[in-house]
Amino acid sequence: MSNQPRRQGPPSGGPGGPKMVGKPVSVNKNTVKRLLSYFSNYKLHMILVFVFIITSAVASVMASLFLQTLIDGYVTPMLGANSSVGFSDLAMALVKMGCLYVCGALSGLFYSRIMASVSQGILKKIRDKMFAHMQTLPIKYFDSHNFGDTMSHYTNDTDSLRQMLAQSVPQAMSSIVTIVSVFFSMLRQSVWLTLIVIAFLFIIFKAMGFIGGKSSKYFVKQQKSVADVNSYIEEMVNGQKVVKVFCYEDKSKAEFDRRNNELFNNMRKANSYGNIVGPVMNNLGYILYVILAIVGGLLAIKSIPNLSLTAGINTLTLGTIASFLTLSRSFVQPISQVSQQINAIAMAMAGAERIFALIDEAPEADDGYVTLVNAKYDADGNITESEERTGQWAWKHPHSDGTLEYIPLKGNVVLDDVDFAYVEGKTVLHNVSLYAEPGQKVAFVGATGAGKTTITNLINRFYDIADGKIRYDGININKIKKADLRRSMGIVLQDVNLFTGTVMENIRYGKLDATDEECIAAAKLANADGFIRMLPQGYNTVLEGDGSGLSQGQRQLISIARAAVADPPVMILDEATSSIDTRTEAIVQSGMDALMKGRTVFVIAHRLSTVQNSDVIMVLEQGRIIERGSHEKLIAEKGKYYQLYTGAFELE
Amino acid sequence: MIKRLAKCVREYKREAILTPTFVVGEVIMEVLIPLLMAELIDNGIEMGDMGYVVKMGIALLFSAILSLAFGVIAGMTCATASSGFAKNLRHDMYYNVQNFSFSNIDKFSTASIVTRLTTDVNNVQMAFMMIIRIAVRSPMMLIFSFTAVLTISPKLALVFLVVIPVLVAGLFIIIQKAHPIFKKVFKTYDNLNSVVEENLHGIRVVKSFIREDYETNKFKGISDIIYKSFVKAEKLLAFNSPLMQMCVYASMIFISWFGAKMIVNSGATELTTGELTSLFTYVTQILSSLMFLSMIFVMMTMSKASGERIVEILDEKSDIINGDSTLSEVADGSISFENVNFAYSKSADKLCLENINIDIKSGETVGIIGGTGSSKSTFVQLIPRLYDVTAGSVKVGGVDVRDYNLETLRNEVAMVLQKNVLFSGTIKENIRWGKEDATDEEIKHVCRLACADEFIEKFPDKYDTYIEQGGANVSGGQKQRLCIARALMKKPKILILDDSTSAVDTKTDALIRKAFREEIPDTTKIIIAQRISSVQDADKIIVLDDGKIAGVGNHDDLLSNNNIYREVYQSQMKGGEDNE
Repeated sequence: MSNQPRRQGPPSGGPGGPKMVGKPVSVNKNTVKRLLSYFSNYKLHMILVFVFIITSAVASVMASLFLQTLIDGYVTPMLGANSSVGFSDLAMALVKMGCLYVCGALSGLFYSRIMASVSQGILKKIRDKMFAHMQTLPIKYFDSHNFGDTMSHYTNDTDSLRQMLAQSVPQAMSSIVTIVSVFFSMLRQSVWLTLIVIAFLFIIFKAMGFIGGKSSKYFVKQQKSVADVNSYIEEMVNGQKVVKVFCYEDKSKAEFDRRNNELFNNMRKANSYGNIVGPVMNNLGYILYVILAIVGGLLAIKSIPNLSLTAGINTLTLGTIASFLTLSRSFVQPISQVSQQINAIAMAMAGAERIFALIDEAPEADDGYVTLVNAKYDADGNITESEERTGQWAWKHPHSDGTLEYIPLKGNVVLDDVDFAYVEGKTVLHNVSLYAEPGQKVAFVGATGAGKTTITNLINRFYDIADGKIRYDGININKIKKADLRRSMGIVLQDVNLFTGTVMENIRYGKLDATDEECIAAAKLANADGFIRMLPQGYNTVLEGDGSGLSQGQRQLISIARAAVADPPVMILDEATSSIDTRTEAIVQSGMDALMKGRTVFVIAHRLSTVQNSDVIMVLEQGRIIERGSHEKLIAEKGKYYQLYTGAFELE
Repeated sequence: MIKRLAKCVREYKREAILTPTFVVGEVIMEVLIPLLMAELIDNGIEMGDMGYVVKMGIALLFSAILSLAFGVIAGMTCATASSGFAKNLRHDMYYNVQNFSFSNIDKFSTASIVTRLTTDVNNVQMAFMMIIRIAVRSPMMLIFSFTAVLTISPKLALVFLVVIPVLVAGLFIIIQKAHPIFKKVFKTYDNLNSVVEENLHGIRVVKSFIREDYETNKFKGISDIIYKSFVKAEKLLAFNSPLMQMCVYASMIFISWFGAKMIVNSGATELTTGELTSLFTYVTQILSSLMFLSMIFVMMTMSKASGERIVEILDEKSDIINGDSTLSEVADGSISFENVNFAYSKSADKLCLENINIDIKSGETVGIIGGTGSSKSTFVQLIPRLYDVTAGSVKVGGVDVRDYNLETLRNEVAMVLQKNVLFSGTIKENIRWGKEDATDEEIKHVCRLACADEFIEKFPDKYDTYIEQGGANVSGGQKQRLCIARALMKKPKILILDDSTSAVDTKTDALIRKAFREEIPDTTKIIIAQRISSVQDADKIIVLDDGKIAGVGNHDDLLSNNNIYREVYQSQMKGGEDNE
C-alpha cells in the first residue's frame, strides 16, 4: 500500500541505497542500472524533482537550525540590557523563515506529485513490457516455469518495486541531501566534533550490519516459507475435492500446520530484527548526543582550540555546542530511516531482477517471411491479393531474387524424416514422415505418450524440430511467419481454456470481428447452442474461473465453437471431443465435417469411432509411425490398429 | 468482524498485550529524553557546568538504554504477536476449508480461497501490527506530549487549538477522496491478475489463435486504469506531508514569536530558552502522532475488506453435517436410491436428479451412460455424500448415508473424480493417499491392477518418480491410471470411476476392467463412461437422460428396449459393423 506511514516532519529524511549502511544485502549493479534507464524518459521530471527535493530538504535543515538562531540571535540578546535587536527584527526573521517554510512545503508537494506520475508511469511501462514480452515467449517457457512463480512477477515483484519507487527513491534522495547539508553545517561548526560523529558512525554501521545481517537472513527464509505455504495452499485448495474424497483432511491439516509453523518462526525472527532497527538507531543517536555534549563541554571548558571549516581556528562557544548537538540529531535521523527500509529495498531489487529475467527471456524465434493473404483468382486463373476476406487464401512468398509468388493455400502438409525431443537427449519422435493431401482427414491413433500431440505441436511450430523437414503446401514451415502459419490452423485442445467474459465473447475469441450471428451459427455447428440457451443469461452469461460452472463436455463444445468461428483452412482436433458423449459427438462431427469440407483436418482421439471415417489413420507407437492407411486398409492388415479396434469392441 | 478476528490471537494474547505496554514505556522515555536534553543544554552547557553535563549525560544514557530495552522488547513481542496472529488466522481458515463440503467449495472459487488465505491474511496482519504498535504509540505520544506542553506553558498550548483542527480536517478530506480511488485500484488489480492467470493457463489457445496482441491490449487497458487511478490517488496523498509540514512550521513560527515575547517580557521566568527548545520537539511529536493516526485509519479501512473476506471463510458452515453415529463400519457394498431428488441450490427451479430409484447389490458392476449434462456425476457424488439429497434417501450397506460418520463412509466408498488431481510428490506418496502405511508391494499391486505399472517401470526413478504439481509431467492417460491406483489402495467396498478412463486407450481400459473383475470381485464397481465398450459387460447399465433414469438393464436388454442406448451404441459402432 502506498500510503504506509512514513516518518515525517523536519528534518525530513528517508531511505537511501542499501550500500549506505554497508549491508550484506547484495544488489546487482546491472539491475540498478537497468532500473535507472527507465527514468530516462522522465529527465525533465527528475531534474524538477531534484530541485524541489533540495529546496524541501534545505527548508527542513534550516528549520532544525532556526531554533538556535532564534535563541542565540534574538532571545538571548533581547534578554540582556541594551539589546541591539528588537521584536521588529524578530518579526522580520520569522517572516523570512515563514517564506522559506512555505517554499519547502510546496516543494514537497510538487515533488511528491511529480514522483507519483513518474513512478506509476515507470511501473506501467515495466508491467506492460513484461506482459507484451511474455506473449512472445515460446511454449517451452511456459512448460518449464511454474504459473504461480510467473504470476508473482505481476503481483509481489511489481508491488515491492512500486513501494520502492513511490517511497524509497524520493526519501533516499531527500535523505542524501539532508545528510550532506547537515554534514557541512557540522564541519562549519567544529571539525573535531564532526570527527567524533564520523567515528561513531562506524559503531552505528557495525550495529546495523549485525542486525541487518540477521534480519536479511531470516527475511530470505521468511520469503521462502511464504512461497512454501502459499504453494501448499494453492495445491491443496485446488485439489480440495480429492482431499474430501480420500478423507485426507487430517493429514492435509497436519502438513499445513508444519509449514505454517515454520513460516511463523521465520516471520517472527525476521520481523523481530526488523522491528528493533528503529529503537537501536534512535537510542544510539541519544548516546552520540551525550558523548558530544561531554566532549564538547570539556573542549570548551579546557579552551582547546577548535577548528572550523569556515572560521578557521577559534574557541568552541557554548552556543556552538548546543547547535552542534541539534545537528547531530538531524544527521542520525535520516540514516536511521534509511536502515529501516533496507529490507524493502532489497526485496524490490530482487523483484526487479526477476522481472528483468522474464523480460530477458529469448522470444520465440520467427524468421518467417512467407505470409498468408486473402486470394482472388482473376480471369486467367492467376492469383491476386485481395483486401477483403474472400474465403480463399494464398501464401505470399517473396523470393530472394525479388520476385513474388502466390501459392494457393491447400493444406498439404508433409513431414519428412522428423526427429524431435522436448528435452535434449530424450527423443520422442523418430524419423516421422507423413503426408496429408489437401482436404484429407488425417487421424493419429496410439497409446498415451506415443507422440500424437507432439506432431501437431510441431506443425504449428509450438516447438521447433531437431531434425528433418516440415513442408506446408510445399513451403518449409520455418519460412512461414508464425502468426500466419497459426492463423491457417484452428486448434481445439483436450484441456479447454476459457476466459473471463460472456459466452459470446469467448466464442468471438476465434474471430474478433465476428458478428453475434456468426458466433451463434458457430455455436449451432458445434451443437453448443442448446445448452448455452439454457444458461441463466444465455449467450450473455458471464463465465468466470475458466468456465468452472460448466461441465467438461460443455466447455469442449464452446471451444469447438470458438475454433469454428475462426473458420481456419486447417484444423487440428486434439482429443477435442473426448468429454462429449458419443451421440452429441456424432452431431458435432457432422457439423465439423461440413465445415471442414475441402480442408485438411488432423484428428487425435482415443475413441476409434471418432477417427474411423478419416482418410488416413496413422498408428503411432513410441514416437514412430508403425501403420498408416485407411480404416479398411488397416483392418485388412490385421496389425496394431486391428488389435486396438477389436480390443475396443470386444466382439464375441 | 473485529471480535471474530480477535479470537484468533489466542496464545499470543500475552505478547499482544505486552507490546502496547512496552510501547507506552518507550513513549514515556521519548517524551522524557527531550526534557533531559533541554536540561543538559540549559543548565549544563550554557552554564559551563561540566559536572552537571556529566550528571545529566549519565541520566540521559540511562534513559536511552531503558528506551532501547523497551523498544527492542516491544519490537520483538510485536513480531511474535503479529506473526502468531497471522499463523492462527491461516490455521483456522485452512482447517475450516478442510471441513467444506463440495457445495461450499463450489460457492467460493478455489482462486478466491487462495487469495483469502494469502493476500488477505497479509493485509490483516499488517493492520494488526499497526494497531498494537502505532495505534497505541500515537495517542500516548499525543497525550504525553500535550501534557508536557501544558506544564511548560498552557498559553502556548492554545496554538494547537488552531493547528490541530486544520490538520485533522485536511487529512480527513484527503482520505475521504483518496479512499474510493484506492478501493477501485485494488479491484482493478484483481482483474489484472485474472487476465495474467488466464493468459498463462491458456497460452496455447492464445498462441494458436494469434491473440497475443489482443491479450496485450486487454492487459494494457487494465494496466492503464491502474496507472491513472494510482496517479490520481497518490497525487491526492501527496498533500499529506506538505499539509503536515505547514502545520508544524506554522506552529513553530507562532511559538517562536509568542515564546520569544514571553521570555523577553517576563525576563525568562514564565518560559526559559531550554523550555522553548523542548516545545519545538513536542510540536513535531504531537503533529506527527496525528499524522500516524490518520494513516492507521486508512490502513484499517483498507484492510477492512480483507478482514471481512477472512471472516466469510471462518464463519462458513459446512452444509454437510457429520452424523455423530456409532456405526463404525459399512456392512457391504450395496447401494439403494429411494425417491431421490437433487438440486445444487435450493432456489433452482430445475432438479438435477428427479425421482431416482435404483438398487445395486454388493459386488455388482454398474455402468452409467448418458449424454453431456445428464447428471451422471451428480448421481454418483451422492453415494459418498459429497452432496446431500434434496429429497429421498441414499442408502449404502442398508443404512442412510447421513447416518454414517463421514470418514467411515468415505473410506469405504472410493471415488475417482472426473477432474482429478495428483499432488506434488513421488508416485509412491501419491498412491499412499489411499493407505498411509501401504508397503511397496501393495503399491505395486494396485498399480498393476490399474495398468499403471507398465509406464511407471519405464521411468528412471520408477515408483519414486517425482510428480509435479497437478501431475504436469505425466500424460492424461497416465494421470488417470495413477488416480485409479490411488483409489484402489483404499480397498473400498464401493469403487466409483467418474469417466476416469477417457484418456486411456481402449485396450488398457479393457485390461483394467478385467483386473477389477478378477481381483476385486466383492467390490461394487460403478463406472461412468462415454464408451459403450467400457460398460458393455457390466451386470447392470443405468441410462441417464436429463436427470432421470431412462433405462436399466444389461447390454442386451438395453440394446433391444432402450432407444437412447441403442443410438449411443450405433454412434460408436458406425463403420465398424461393415467389417465384422
